Amino acid sequence: MKKLLIFTSIILAYSTCVAQDATKLFPSIDVKSLEGKLVNTNEFKNDSRPMVVAFWATWCKPCTKELNAISDVYDAWQSETGVKLIAISIDDARNTAKIGPYANGKGWPFEIYTDPNSDLKRALNVNAIPHTFLLNAKKEIVWQHTSYLDGDEYELYEAILKL
Amino acid sequence: MYEKLLCAPLFCIGSLFAQGTESGKISGNFQSNAQIYYEDSNLGIGPENLPEEKFLSNSFVNLQYTSNIFSAGMRYEANQNSLLGYDKRYNGEGIAYRFVRINRNGLDITAGNFYEQFGSGIILRAYEERNLGYDNAFDGIRLKYSPIEGVYLKSLVGKQRWYFDKSEGIVRGFDGEISLNEIFKALRDVRSQISIGGSLVSKFQQDLDPIYILPKNVVSWASRFNVHHGKWILGAEYVYKYNDPSATNNFIYKEGQALLANISYSQKRFGISFSGKRVDNMSFNSDRNLKGQEVSINYLPAFTKQHTYTLATIYPYGTIANGEMGLQAELSYLIKKGSRIGGGFGMGVLINFSNAYSIHQAQIDEKTSLGKSGTLGYTSDFFKMGDEKYFQEFNIELSRKINRKLKLIGTYVNTHYNSKVIAGYDYFGMIKANILVLETQYKLKARQALRTEIQHLSTKQHDGNWAMALVEYTVSPHYFFAIQNLYNYGNKSKKNHYPNLSAGYGKGTNRFTLGYGKQKQGIFCVGGVCREVPKSNGISLSITSSF
Repeated sequence: MKKLLIFTSIILAYSTCVAQDATKLFPSIDVKSLEGKLVNTNEFKNDSRPMVVAFWATWCKPCTKELNAISDVYDAWQSETGVKLIAISIDDARNTAKIGPYANGKGWPFEIYTDPNSDLKRALNVNAIPHTFLLNAKKEIVWQHTSYLDGDEYELYEAILKL
Repeated sequence: MYEKLLCAPLFCIGSLFAQGTESGKISGNFQSNAQIYYEDSNLGIGPENLPEEKFLSNSFVNLQYTSNIFSAGMRYEANQNSLLGYDKRYNGEGIAYRFVRINRNGLDITAGNFYEQFGSGIILRAYEERNLGYDNAFDGIRLKYSPIEGVYLKSLVGKQRWYFDKSEGIVRGFDGEISLNEIFKALRDVRSQISIGGSLVSKFQQDLDPIYILPKNVVSWASRFNVHHGKWILGAEYVYKYNDPSATNNFIYKEGQALLANISYSQKRFGISFSGKRVDNMSFNSDRNLKGQEVSINYLPAFTKQHTYTLATIYPYGTIANGEMGLQAELSYLIKKGSRIGGGFGMGVLINFSNAYSIHQAQIDEKTSLGKSGTLGYTSDFFKMGDEKYFQEFNIELSRKINRKLKLIGTYVNTHYNSKVIAGYDYFGMIKANILVLETQYKLKARQALRTEIQHLSTKQHDGNWAMALVEYTVSPHYFFAIQNLYNYGNKSKKNHYPNLSAGYGKGTNRFTLGYGKQKQGIFCVGGVCREVPKSNGISLSITSSF
């Protein structure tokens, strides 16, 4: 009986917490700009229009594929929905100096930050990359997806159009 | 009564969570990798070297609660028993990571486990690389505080994780970073952004050595700067460590130091970067008696390209902590579409060159042999390179879209790999290999694609030549199927095939991957850490989920 009571109370306490899970606010974490400046994710802004946050690394082939695919259609996406993509690189000191040149060499028009201590990656429970999040005007996570298969960008765009 | 007393705090926690935190939420992720192992006479896997369990699995679940000012989390790990290639000391189950974090009025307090990095990590870095079975998280207290805009302070004290146990040493650290442009009003609108930083790290470990008197406290310090001006970024970090005799450096009393420096320039469609480093006796472990990297306090990155094509990963480099000097240059360029070479869609060019040499070493006096235990070990001229080449690599990747449906990527890699120093092989010396890869990506329909890879590695040393082919068919957003074969046709003793079939299904953040086939023996590296993967034959299943 004693055990049962304790167990029930744990479940109750837990479900009280779970019941609060109405919102899916994007966490507030410090990342670094390529210039080396600390930037809090609270400062990610797009005038109340949707934002896409995509995790990538210079050594991740599918990530490059995903960002290349979105880069090809980015102008059209932006003029239709005003969406902005923020690319978060999880590269560490091994590749830090290469991130900017790599992204520029691909011609990517995205805002880029680094997450060298994986703080944002952990806060968002990212297991493996690519992992892509879609945020609505209130900066709530409304859609997310892991891995990239050719054509996945259409899924993302459909989700953007639904906002 | 007893029950009520016990329940009350739990309810309180529940309502505490509920109160101040309308945005509070629970989230987490899960991963499970499992494999069934079979005997394979061709690969030489008999009953004697097959794992007794036949079925092995590594799993974990992370759970975290987050609100505006408070967060808490834990990771439960179950390795019953650990997959082949992971250290057997990971066998077991339990809560290997838990923390609470309070962030109020700019003071950020973490109690329990945490990961941290000072600067580039060459003085301190605790991180996890789950797929390598690497985790040197701290267990202790960390504070972060920003007294004014542009000044960021961190301090920590803790012990490092060592499998399901903890390392003996206690690590204390302090780090400060100042962004000059944010502090000084006069500099706010200047085009150059400058930040400087410094760290101090010390470890304490009892001296129980019967022969030597060892320093119980070992101090190291580092300083760094970063300048961003227009399209240029310049940065460097230097670390110095007082004498720290250890199993890794053969118990010499020499100081340690390392320097990393890099400069890059980039603009739309073009980027170039140069990096250089010098590492001298800079292995820094929280237990001096452990030789491996499992309780490293610092992180010494390998300045070489991180490859993804299978055959290009056969000879990977890892930093030699006892001493090395190396350079790396990378150029990335997108040739304009409409030009003769660029064609209708442009052509991507990526060139990378890197090398690593030993550092100069001289005897401390005529009577003492180089690196002798209990002495200062050796002297070294900071600017002089050693005679021994550890590694060198040149690679070029060209990628070009032929039309809307077809894209080709060609890669060439030339590697020089000092197998004695890097991998400890006795007989192969400097392995020189040439690798060619042709990848094609073909869109069958908007959401269906076919990808193929043809790879070839040629070398006269070690296992000789390899060939590989892969075909992958994907249907967005849910399915992939792949078939591949590696063939070690140049091997003098046994020409083995390593075929593999795999299929996956993903929906949202859930993914299931099933594979069947043979795995070659090799070294698998991510970042600066490598792990030996033994050859195997079997069925593998991987499930990941994030919520």
